[in-house]
Amino acid sequence: MDNTLKKLPPKPVNYKTRTIHWLIAIASIVIIIWSFTGMDFSGIKATAGQIAGAIISGIFHPDWSYVWNGSGEDLISQLWETLCIAFLGTFISAVISLPFAFWAANTKHKKWYASRSGKLVLAVIRSFPEIVLALMFIKAVGPGSAAGVFALGFHSVGMLAKLFSEAIENLEIGANEAVIAAGGSKWNIVMFSTMPNLMPALISNTLYRFDVSVRSASILGLVGAGGIGYPLIIALQYRQWNRVGIILLGIVIMVILIDWISGWIRKKLV
Amino acid sequence: MSKNTDHKLTELPKKKFKLMNLVWLIVLVGGFFLSVNATNAHISVLLDPANFGQFTEIFVQMCHPDWSYAATAIPLLIETIKMAVLGTVIGSAVAFVYSLLIARNIIKNKAVTGILRFIMNIIRTIPDLLLGAIFVAVVGIGPVAGVMALSVFTFGVVVKLFYEAIETIDPGPIEALTAVGANKLQIIHFAVMPQIITYFISYVLYAFEINVRASTVLGYIGAGGIGLYLQQTLQVFSYDKTGMIIIVIIIVVVLIDYVSSKSREALMK
Repeated sequence: MDNTLKKLPPKPVNYKTRTIHWLIAIASIVIIIWSFTGMDFSGIKATAGQIAGAIISGIFHPDWSYVWNGSGEDLISQLWETLCIAFLGTFISAVISLPFAFWAANTKHKKWYASRSGKLVLAVIRSFPEIVLALMFIKAVGPGSAAGVFALGFHSVGMLAKLFSEAIENLEIGANEAVIAAGGSKWNIVMFSTMPNLMPALISNTLYRFDVSVRSASILGLVGAGGIGYPLIIALQYRQWNRVGIILLGIVIMVILIDWISGWIRKKLV
Repeated sequence: MSKNTDHKLTELPKKKFKLMNLVWLIVLVGGFFLSVNATNAHISVLLDPANFGQFTEIFVQMCHPDWSYAATAIPLLIETIKMAVLGTVIGSAVAFVYSLLIARNIIKNKAVTGILRFIMNIIRTIPDLLLGAIFVAVVGIGPVAGVMALSVFTFGVVVKLFYEAIETIDPGPIEALTAVGANKLQIIHFAVMPQIITYFISYVLYAFEINVRASTVLGYIGAGGIGLYLQQTLQVFSYDKTGMIIIVIIIVVVLIDYVSSKSREALMK
């Protein structure tokens, strides 16, 4: 009698789910081991540790003279350009996203293929690599921030329109029905029920996308589409670690600030 | 008099004027014009027939992909997926331990969690390709740089989601185990883990989706994977081959997205 209290009863066993779990676990381990094969870890440069140390010491001893020298090639003006690219890119994509979102939203009075096809188009836009889009625009409008703006503007549609369409799907139809009951036209429904209910979600999603765009804009420069990425890759190539340090610091501070501001606005919206 | 009220009823009541709305509108419009000036991105630049013609020409060439090139692209595609898997595994393994260290309901010391969270927030801000560029400079050109970049990036994605999930768990089991005198590891094993392991797997799958996308372009800056061919074909202007690679990338990304989101749905049921 005493023994039963100290020993827990055995767990109930469901053999079917247990086998399935084991199979999934074995499959994942096989995939992980397979990934390790053929990965050439000996290819690491012998100086790797030294360079990593140099970059870290560069972050702690940044090149302060680069922050502002009035030439337009300094950190502040490059960061400002990056911000502008992100802002304009998000602005354009928000405008383009709206019709796409209504197309892809799975609402009741709609044939099933309409929203499916819209969702597929958005998936393809999302998967089209941003860098390639940026390069195509560079070919069209020349290197510079304009190419970055257009690339961001078109690429963000994939994600933003998906978020918008989910917001539309989550709308309550009560307000629409109320407008119809009062004799409102289709235009009235959009103006007085859909848009006001949708607005907070749209703004919040757009702000979220702006956060992401700021990050994207800071890498577009790596391929020559304007912004802070270009001076960074130049500094990396010329091994100016102090400059790499200050640029990284600048990007981190900018992103944290933007995240913080947009988070604050989003909190006020809800 | 009655006529007057009837007239008023057919009209909509006037909306209250809010000053803040006006301020936001000014910020928006002002920001728009400022950005247009700063980036010189006038729509006329894009719609200029010469420029737009070039864009469509590239696009049309991409739409006639060189199918024979697919065979060349497959080995690097496999390398890309391997990179994504490794990056996800390494990054999420580190994130797992780290999230337990920064969850305030497990580690009660505010100073420790505060400092560790600060480090995490800084790592999270650096975008994937930037990490790629830095790691290429550090360890040299090749997939190892890509794996490292993806690991750090995955860490940032998973750790944020996971520690928030840990903090929302039911405190009852933790209290129960503390009451019977369990140590920290036992609490984590018997009270925390059963509640969050499905969330963790779901976040790892989500990170894997992002990593597959990211790894396809990492090669462009020399961090291994199919992006290398992207750069090579674009440099010699053979857009038909670029088109082929993009199609392969899109197919793989959409496929992996689909499988992963379906398994996440199954997990959360």
